[in-house]
Amino acid sequence: MRHDYLDRYSRLDSPLHRLPAGMKLAIALALVLGTVAVPFHVTAFFVAAGAFLVICVLLSGIPLRFVVTRLLMLEPFVAGVALLAFLQPGGGLVAARVLVKSNLCLATMVLLSNTTPFASLLDVLRMLRVPALLITVLSLLYRYVFVLVDQAERMARARRSRTFSTRRSSLWRTGAGIVGQLFITATERAERIYAAMTARGWQ
Amino acid sequence: MHIPDGFLDTKTALATAALSAVSLAAGLRSLEQTLPRRKIPLMGLVAAFVFAAQMVNFPVAGGTSGHLMGGVLTAVLLGPSAGMVVLAAVLIVQCFLFADGGVLALGANILNMGIAGTVGGYAVYRGMARVLRGERGRYVAMALGAWCSSVFASVLCAGELAWSGTVSWDAAFPAMANIHMLIGIGEAVITVLATAFIAASRPDLLARGRSEDAGNELGRRVTFGAVIVIALVLFVSPFASDWPDGLESVAAALGFDRVAVVPPPVPSPMAGYAIPGIGSPAAATVVAGAVGAIVIFAVGFILARIVVPARQSPSGEDATDGTER
Repeated sequence: MRHDYLDRYSRLDSPLHRLPAGMKLAIALALVLGTVAVPFHVTAFFVAAGAFLVICVLLSGIPLRFVVTRLLMLEPFVAGVALLAFLQPGGGLVAARVLVKSNLCLATMVLLSNTTPFASLLDVLRMLRVPALLITVLSLLYRYVFVLVDQAERMARARRSRTFSTRRSSLWRTGAGIVGQLFITATERAERIYAAMTARGWQ
Repeated sequence: MHIPDGFLDTKTALATAALSAVSLAAGLRSLEQTLPRRKIPLMGLVAAFVFAAQMVNFPVAGGTSGHLMGGVLTAVLLGPSAGMVVLAAVLIVQCFLFADGGVLALGANILNMGIAGTVGGYAVYRGMARVLRGERGRYVAMALGAWCSSVFASVLCAGELAWSGTVSWDAAFPAMANIHMLIGIGEAVITVLATAFIAASRPDLLARGRSEDAGNELGRRVTFGAVIVIALVLFVSPFASDWPDGLESVAAALGFDRVAVVPPPVPSPMAGYAIPGIGSPAAATVVAGAVGAIVIFAVGFILARIVVPARQSPSGEDATDGTER
């Protein structure tokens, strides 16, 4: 997994990418809030929001196909709850409301995360006086999640290539072993990182 | 279980955001006082660990697979405040980078998984560990705590969906609770096996994690307890007909009972609200929950026998003394 896999389009150069992060965050939040709060029968608002998002995607240079795949990946839970709502008496409108509103919000967030590097979002949070400890945890999480996901994948691959039984109990035991080993190496890595951070003058 | 945007209405989003902000602030303050500096990078790395561990698949049946939520595992390893902050960090990153879980629903997701799931499940674990004693008892308690974390989170989630009028309580509660009673068994098994693995190879990590969350106990407990009780009063008690009277009178005193009598926008029979009885799906789910709790005890006892070798007697007090400190 590459370091910039998750928000891989966030470092493109486009008018949208050049806007300040705080502004984009505010616009995205306002759009999400509007989408949630505006009653569903005000169709004009939802059409306008959809059109605005499509224009933004075109402006940003992010492939439309990427946005659509991301939305489809996130769809299962949305579809499940929409189905639950649909099955109730008179639930058709509720299901449609849930589908439209959720997808607009999802598209907004996909667009935000792919036009704004996570570090800039954290800078905005820091300006908003979010506690420093949480910011530190978030930036370390963002920095090392790729390393640990990579490691988990390597361990799972190693396990698969050495496992010749399909007994579920042994698969669960080795799976839990991967989780346990992952925690141990994360702890050891944290100790090395602390030493490295201190050596470089971290407070 | 990550609630996307568009499922919760504004009042639910605001109420859950306020509740989780209060307990997140309390947890962060408690950590800032008690957490040694050298442990700060560990918090970030453990958050990345939870993220990566959630990607390890466990085969369930028929080609489907499940994964860990990791709340109780983290709380057992680092203490409840750290567990809550770690889960909140994971949820924030999942929201902003993956769009997995909505921004306005972030408060609800942190409340369900980070607070009710992690702190609530951990509280069950600690309470049961005190009753059951011994090394094996600790693992049985851990299984129960992990199972409860999954169930607590799903019940709150159902309550929030119902309070928003997206899905009626009678549809959401059985669907969410029943699925997560099954998922919770997987959560329990993975939590116990992973902890046993760590205990076998680095027992010092477990012992350290448990000793360092002692500071600011009372204030933090009161905050977390209050937040969970308020969440239950708001999102669950208006719908549950057979809830103890105490909470209902609190709800009435605070004026929340009006919320309960306003019919939800979705027309629904609300059978569970009017007639308590096994006939309603909600009541049947409560019965299923009792059965599930018995099942998870059995699972916990079997697991404990597997992971704790027989030479440590089941009620071995010296084994407990070695690990509890």
